[in-house]
Amino acid sequence: MATKAKEAPPLPQDPLAHTESTAALLRELVAHLRQNRTQLREEWARRITRAQLLTAMTEEEIFAEATSVYDNYVEALETGTFEALQAYARNLSERIIPRGVETHEVVGIVLLLRDVLARSLFGKYHEDFDKLNRILDAYEPAANRVANTVAVGFVQERERIIRQQQEAIRELSTPVLQVRERLLILPIIGVIDPQRARQLTEQLLRAIRTNRAKVVVIDITGVAAMDSNVANHLVQTVEASRLLGATVIVTGLSPEIAQTLVTIGVDLSEMATVGDLQGGIEEAERLLGYKVLPLEDLAPKP
Amino acid sequence: MEVPILKQGHYLIASIQSALTDADLSQLREALIERVGRFRARGVIVDVTALDVMDSFAVRTLRDIAHMARLRGADTVIVGIQPEVAFAMVQLGLTLKGVATALDLEEGLAFLNQQGEGRLEDRRPPGGRIDRG
Amino acid sequence: MADELRLPIAADVDVVQARQQGREVAANAGFTSGDQTVIAAAISEIARNILMYAKRGEIVLSVVANGDRQGVVVIARDQGPGIRDIARALQDGYSTSGGLGLGLPGAKRLMDEFELTSAVGQGTTVTMKKWRRLG
Repeated sequence: MATKAKEAPPLPQDPLAHTESTAALLRELVAHLRQNRTQLREEWARRITRAQLLTAMTEEEIFAEATSVYDNYVEALETGTFEALQAYARNLSERIIPRGVETHEVVGIVLLLRDVLARSLFGKYHEDFDKLNRILDAYEPAANRVANTVAVGFVQERERIIRQQQEAIRELSTPVLQVRERLLILPIIGVIDPQRARQLTEQLLRAIRTNRAKVVVIDITGVAAMDSNVANHLVQTVEASRLLGATVIVTGLSPEIAQTLVTIGVDLSEMATVGDLQGGIEEAERLLGYKVLPLEDLAPKP
Repeated sequence: MEVPILKQGHYLIASIQSALTDADLSQLREALIERVGRFRARGVIVDVTALDVMDSFAVRTLRDIAHMARLRGADTVIVGIQPEVAFAMVQLGLTLKGVATALDLEEGLAFLNQQGEGRLEDRRPPGGRIDRG
Repeated sequence: MADELRLPIAADVDVVQARQQGREVAANAGFTSGDQTVIAAAISEIARNILMYAKRGEIVLSVVANGDRQGVVVIARDQGPGIRDIARALQDGYSTSGGLGLGLPGAKRLMDEFELTSAVGQGTTVTMKKWRRLG
């Protein structure tokens, strides 16, 4: 048929033979990269500096890491296994992420290495175009997989660290303060997601028990908005606190949050609210039996 | 397992020692209500510190105890609900609305004492109680 | 599955037994004490439902892993009368037994996944799961 005549050179008959020749080409490639190790990794390190990547690291550090990455890279090409490289990428990421190395830098350096090596292959095989093509056919998929492995390893490590830091921030950002005997204040600032809301509740309930609190003021002045899920959670927190014998006063409700609470149909007889934190503390002290005198009562009347 | 009920002054104190079956809970309700009448008790404290779960049956029984005791002239306060138990309860929708709660036995007694004074002095009950009905 | 725990439900002591076992399974699977309580409460509700409507049945407890999550699976099975109107049975405050009507909807709220299948005259199966992130 007409279309059949136009087809490119036929595929190798035996797929195994093809794999074998790929393996042979990779062996040749690896030998070349080993032979020119010193020169190529120096070239790579130079390009990293010139491209202003890894600026958080000194030149010596870049060279040391470049050497390790280079050797791991060649090893992955040679063995076709990526576990060692993956482990190295994780370890490298762990070391450089705290120093502020960004994702684009890591992706940038592995792409540079790929290019440096490709150029050296051009140099070696430019006389034999057919051979060059076959070498590149063997090199490219392996090189891309190496680049991918390192970049993914970095991003995963970064995500893990971010998750860890989020945890830490959550713990820090939910202080339960005892301002006087039996009175706790929980100032909430920032965005409340369901996970944080849950953590807040657990912390507060434990604090009520350990401090034998009778009144809790939850101040949400620092919370701009909450969706109905979180608003429901707030109501549950108030109810659970009451089950432990503590009265909750909520202060600092923004108009938006007030709207949300009304929309979800909160039973307001169940929830004591006071405009601001100051007023909330006064109300709490009143409940605890302390007497608060307004200033004007102390000043002589005109 | 039977829950021991102690009489202390005008108050009855039921302190639950271990997990209770539905039958145990029903028996506790009957025993308490019978004793409120027999001893002319003014207050009832149910200590649930030992309960690591409270489901809808347990909560309904506690609520019934409080309401029935009220009809027979005694105030009830539930004490010792654990933080985790409280959180699971509110997620279940079990809020013991209209029933007084306190941190522990000591707080429960203080609450009942205040309730007694409150009756004499016609004062509103202090915190820990949201029964505004 | 090898680590399946089958608990017959035929009396109110079995309800207590089932929720205690559920707490233990959740504890062994690394759930927080808060989550253990939640799982135990949910088991208590559905076990009581078996007792109330079908007289007898069973609770099957197991642990599953799914990627980076681990879960406790609770299956409640009976050959009782079945539920005529599943949607209503899952509504808050709906009860045909004079209870609070919080059993099924409450258990559903407590767990992450909840599935109910029922055929009138043949019985009811509730499958519910609670997940926890690993690592």
